Amino acid sequence: MKKFLTLALALTVSASAAPVTLTYWQYDFATKVSTMDALIKKFEAQNPDIKIKQETFPYDAYNQKVASSVPAGQGPDVVNLFYGWLPQYVDSGFLQPLPAKDFSTQQIESNFVPMIKTSKIGGQYYALPTSVRTLAVFYNKDLFKQARIVPPRTWEDFIAAGQKIVKGAPPRFSVLGFGIQPDGQDYHVVREVLVRQFGGSPFSKDGKKVTYDSAAGVQAMTFYTELMTKYKLGVPNFFPGNNSYRDAFIAGKVGMIVDGSFAVGAIQKGAKFNWGVLPLPVLKSNGVRGNFGSYWVNGITKNAKGDKLAASIKFLKFLTSDETQRTWLDSVGEIPASRKLSGTAALRTNPVYGPFVSGLPFASSTLFVDEAGQRKAWVDAINTVLLQGNSPANAVKRAAAEEQKILDGYYK
Amino acid sequence: MDTTSKLAGGRASARPPRRRNTVKYRQTVTAYTFLLVPLLFFLLVRFIPTFMALRLSLFDWNILREQQPFVGLENYTTLVADEKFLQSLKNTALYTVIGVPLQIILGLGLALMLGRVRAFRGFYRALYFAPYVTPIVAAAWVWQWVFSPQFGPVNTVLDWLHLPPQSFLTSPDQALATTAGLVVWQNLGFQVVLFLAGLAAIPRSYYEAAEIDGATGSQAFWRITLPLLNPTIVFSVVTGTIAYLQLFTQVVNLNFTDQGGPLGSTLTVAVYIYQLAFGRFQMGYASAVTVVLFVIILIITLLQLRFLTRRYDT
Repeated sequence: MKKFLTLALALTVSASAAPVTLTYWQYDFATKVSTMDALIKKFEAQNPDIKIKQETFPYDAYNQKVASSVPAGQGPDVVNLFYGWLPQYVDSGFLQPLPAKDFSTQQIESNFVPMIKTSKIGGQYYALPTSVRTLAVFYNKDLFKQARIVPPRTWEDFIAAGQKIVKGAPPRFSVLGFGIQPDGQDYHVVREVLVRQFGGSPFSKDGKKVTYDSAAGVQAMTFYTELMTKYKLGVPNFFPGNNSYRDAFIAGKVGMIVDGSFAVGAIQKGAKFNWGVLPLPVLKSNGVRGNFGSYWVNGITKNAKGDKLAASIKFLKFLTSDETQRTWLDSVGEIPASRKLSGTAALRTNPVYGPFVSGLPFASSTLFVDEAGQRKAWVDAINTVLLQGNSPANAVKRAAAEEQKILDGYYK
Repeated sequence: MDTTSKLAGGRASARPPRRRNTVKYRQTVTAYTFLLVPLLFFLLVRFIPTFMALRLSLFDWNILREQQPFVGLENYTTLVADEKFLQSLKNTALYTVIGVPLQIILGLGLALMLGRVRAFRGFYRALYFAPYVTPIVAAAWVWQWVFSPQFGPVNTVLDWLHLPPQSFLTSPDQALATTAGLVVWQNLGFQVVLFLAGLAAIPRSYYEAAEIDGATGSQAFWRITLPLLNPTIVFSVVTGTIAYLQLFTQVVNLNFTDQGGPLGSTLTVAVYIYQLAFGRFQMGYASAVTVVLFVIILIITLLQLRFLTRRYDT
């Protein structure tokens, strides 16, 4: 009997000392996975009582995978999500609000770059990013040199440069001035950047109403679509495939593309010519700067309770720490989400990251409630102009009606 | 009698002893036992989910929401006014109307010609069958390059012939036909093999008799070949139609970043269901579309079987 007791005692002691194991999910991207592996090792060394199990899924199936784990009541304790998916995951009760004593709202808003305010839902934060992304213009320096032109600062110069570089005529081009691609990053540029540059705003303050069905919205749509219809700088889907415009740029067949900081790695690896990065252009008339910011966040799910919750909070603190953000920049090449780190002189003057970082102070993020649906509304509207000769005014009306319907469906 | 029944097994002893002793009875039991396994599989994987979809279609069921309210037929009334759904329905019908006749006519034509070829017969058959065993996704990606307005060989040939270059998959007017072309090309080999088998089953004596009676080649085709191929043709029409009504993989891969695009011009009902269910998580609404597609396929298949099947005296 005595033996039994000691055994039982020994078991309870060892059970309480047994490490908590957390499951972490993100999508499969080689450098992100290997960096996370290294970070997990470091975290486990600092916290011997916590073990982290990383599980990854292909990018195209990732949201599906996470979503289907919600009703099943299974899945990760800490999860990586696109910020645009947050409202739905908060609604479903999948994410826990970040505890105020560990992550105070005031602290979050003073430490992180302004765009993360988009993720404040009902006055609460549910998840935080390690890094953020903005847009910029990638340009082919060799093509610019051949055409004897200098990198543009304004949209007017952007068009002039594109016209000097483009070779061929629709529908057959051999070199594009601008790698136009509505379903790439371009629709963000129209909605979040051009609409503002023409003096409008895309959404009401609370994000429940679209407000781009305005003069500014029509001007923005007109300006963007004329890059193809009037100035003939390029065509969409120049290269077949997933990342048409980027692949074509890497192949040296495109003068300029608009792409995110997340494209730096692929372009660095693939492009066999001199290339550079420029801040998104401004209009000559007012010089208003704008950018579209987006980010992936880490949040704690409803699966984490008790010991697991405490461990998850520790892990999330670690993931959003300055040190991790620095590692992330060095290994993955993504801009730190902290105001302080992204504002360092080294980053601001970096020829590749500088233009992206310079966009941070005025980068806005769309408050998505149904990312796939809202994206489709815009891509289709733009395509009616590019492919069917619809008027930009009607296209804006179409996008507004479609997107408003989605917003109404969510906020009803 | 009594001892044998005990030997045969105690469980069945309540039943009348005469039947269970026959060889036929035992064979039947064995057959049902083996059938039970696939039946269970079909019940669990096919039928139960089908009925669950029927139920789901009556709810505003979004997997990313805590509440899944019952809405009755609201999903169906929304459907009637949903332009994208109507467009996908129209496209699906177009795919079927273009694809099914084309692959049957081409398949029959090729089979008839292959029937006359003596040399390298196996080689030709393998050649026409190759697209059918090529992975659909790979073929779709190659197709994108072949029909690329900028770099594709098709436009290069048009250029040589001094014809205007076309936009193909990037044009809302041509994308559907280009997509249907890929599907026909892939299915052709299978059609050829079906028709070759069908042709081989027609007794040669009929043709010989017709020849003696002075029938021309075309008379023999219309009076002998075609009527006797009826079962093969009905099979091809029915299975082909169902396949086109469920068209998915080619559409998704031919325009991966704007699936069903440009402007929904290649969108099929199956792709639309996928987008609603797994892109936007609207399971209830997607189920309603599924139920409608199911009903359409059922009606069309029944009509085809009723009107296409002919009995010819042989």
